[in-house]
Amino acid sequence: MDKVRRVISVIVANEAQVLARVSGLFAGRGYNIDSLTVAPIPDTDLSHMTIVTRGNRRVIEQIVKQLHKLIPTFKVIEHEHMVEKEMVLVKFPIEKPLADIQALCQAYNGGIVNVGTEMFIAMAADESIRIEHFVEAVKRYHPIEIVRSGVVAMER
Amino acid sequence: MKMSGAQMVCEAIIAEGVKTVFGYPGGAIMNVYDEIYKQNAFRHILTRHEQAAVHAADGYARATGEVGVAMVTSGPGFTNAVTGLATAYMDSVPLVVISGQVPLSLIGTDGFQEVDAVGISRPCTKHNYLVRSIEDLPRILKEAFYIARSGRPGPVLVDIPKDITGELGEFVYPESVDLPTYKPRYKGNDRQVKKAVEAILNAKKPLLYVGGGTVLSNAYQEVRALAELTQIPAVETLMARGVMGAKNPLLVGMLGMHGSYAANMAMSETDLIISLGARFDDRVTGKLSEFARYADIIHIDIDPANIGKLVDVDYPIVGDVKTVVEKMESMIREKVDPDRYQVWREILARYDELHPLMYHDSEEVIKPQWVIERIGQLVGEEAIITSDVGQHQMWAAQFYPFDRPRQWINSGGLGTMGFGFPAALGAKMGHPEKTVINITGDGSILMNVQELVTAAENKIPVINVILNNHFLGMVRQWQTFFYDKRYSETDLSYQPDWKMLAEACGGAGYDVTTKAEFDQALQSAIEGGKVTFINVAVDRFENVLPMVPAGGALYNMLLEHKDQ
Ligand SMILES: Cc1ncc(C[n+]2csc(CCOP(=O)(O)OP(=O)(O)O)c2C)c(N)n1
Ligand SMILES: [Mg+2]
Repeated sequence: MDKVRRVISVIVANEAQVLARVSGLFAGRGYNIDSLTVAPIPDTDLSHMTIVTRGNRRVIEQIVKQLHKLIPTFKVIEHEHMVEKEMVLVKFPIEKPLADIQALCQAYNGGIVNVGTEMFIAMAADESIRIEHFVEAVKRYHPIEIVRSGVVAMER
Repeated sequence: MKMSGAQMVCEAIIAEGVKTVFGYPGGAIMNVYDEIYKQNAFRHILTRHEQAAVHAADGYARATGEVGVAMVTSGPGFTNAVTGLATAYMDSVPLVVISGQVPLSLIGTDGFQEVDAVGISRPCTKHNYLVRSIEDLPRILKEAFYIARSGRPGPVLVDIPKDITGELGEFVYPESVDLPTYKPRYKGNDRQVKKAVEAILNAKKPLLYVGGGTVLSNAYQEVRALAELTQIPAVETLMARGVMGAKNPLLVGMLGMHGSYAANMAMSETDLIISLGARFDDRVTGKLSEFARYADIIHIDIDPANIGKLVDVDYPIVGDVKTVVEKMESMIREKVDPDRYQVWREILARYDELHPLMYHDSEEVIKPQWVIERIGQLVGEEAIITSDVGQHQMWAAQFYPFDRPRQWINSGGLGTMGFGFPAALGAKMGHPEKTVINITGDGSILMNVQELVTAAENKIPVINVILNNHFLGMVRQWQTFFYDKRYSETDLSYQPDWKMLAEACGGAGYDVTTKAEFDQALQSAIEGGKVTFINVAVDRFENVLPMVPAGGALYNMLLEHKDQ
């Protein structure tokens, strides 16, 4: 069976151990995690986790069911029609062409977010696949550091 | 009412109607033990090892259908309990295990006897809690019992820091539980059930695949009634022995690695599997790609994650076996023609005649299978049988005439040697009127042999029948079959004096080398009313047959072995 990429949102009670329960489930059952993000949902006692994973149809189905089986899990959404965004921060030496990089960032919903004496930091926010293109594109400016946020997603 | 956390623990146990608790004290749980001392609403049995405490609570739960409770201290007390938790988890047994923890202020500092209990037990509990505030304790205790027994049952750990059991708080035990994130589904979707019924009516060779879930859901009457009504034959898993009843003509037998020829052929040739609380375990299916190749599958399970996990399912039904089977029966009642499956039943009967479950009895040496059959003849329906893990377990499952669910108690999922004796203690505490016999091996019994003392002290007269082959027999069998008889570390020729060992702890012991001696020993044991070891010298090289070699197709059974 072919492996597919899936973005899954898990709505969980915002309580101790819950991240460990989810990540432990993936580790213990040998499922892949490409990325995992988590933050509280405003004005509730719930958290929203977005997990990007990979597996064949049976594995994905198991992941969804096993996530659902966890006692603090409220809802599991296997995204089909979604808006998906990821952010990336990239640090460059101050000598690099700031204007060129700024123009590049703007093409990816970003810009320059910090300028220091030795370095400056650029940001982009876009779909994962486009973030990958962006990271490829900035490599020729020899960045010092790249930090990706992992995906957040919302069903349309 | 204001009371200490320790009192709250006792009040919850009383409110839940638990009559016997098994455990072992230590620093972090002492507050609770102090309260146990002051009450007499429930009994506490001091086992001699925490693992045994959890297995005993487990045996109690399996025998009675109630939630079992065990209590241990922090650190090593808790880690000793982990095997018990994992054993119960794999077989979906409802337990609440209370563990002491170091005080809140010490958590995370590598304090004395501190271990991350919730971290360690996360993958082998249905749910677990580290209590962080006395205000949460009543709710958590209530939830623990509720989660343990509802849906697909399982063990729940409640880890309580010592300062919380010592602290005073307001206690109102909640009447009910409302967990918006946890809503087990019992009913089964009507449309799905209807479709499944249509499939049964259209099948030519349907087969009831009866699993441990039928025991957990107390569904045996419904399952028997469905079989009776439709005259559809049934196979049982290791965990379901007793559900159909040994004398039931529709029971083809146990299937799986050591299942009967007819049961495994039934599974291989059926055109419709009706799975009732079974989970397509690898010891049942053999090689998956060859498993039940001609069959559509109806899968009824309360745990959605079991459905479609290993095999593709045509008719998934999430629900409680009892409820769903009842529904099925009423839908099928007017429509079914039992004659439709007549040819199929005849085929299976012929398979059973061709290769019945059998052994070659001997007059020189006692055959282990004979012992099982003999116990069946002597105490049969009346007894509860527990077992350990190995050849003796498989022989017990194959040859004992189990007539009702909860009569057969064994560690099927985890395969925990050392389970049988403490589980027998728990079963006996739950059913003092019943004869409880642990069928064990000379290897297994030594893992928890210290429970002789517990049993003698508390006058819990369980009988351990040791099928003594002077081997880790099941491993030896694999070495014989698959490792050219290189008997690496399986020879148990060096043995304790079993009779003396039992006697030294206050029990009774019998050494048996003939059939007549066995009958006598069993009778004396039943009459003697003491915890007993019956050490039966059996044929050392007897093998469990038939056997589906691991990873092989279910229909490729070894029926005999040249060394037999
Ligand atoms: C705790 C534990 N350790 C190891 C095993 C592996 N194992 C399975 S059966 C077996 C042999 C059991 O020997 P015995 O109790 O004498 O039973 P027999 O097979 O001889 O009847 C072993 C070592 C196990 N199941 N459980
Ligand atoms: Mg042995």
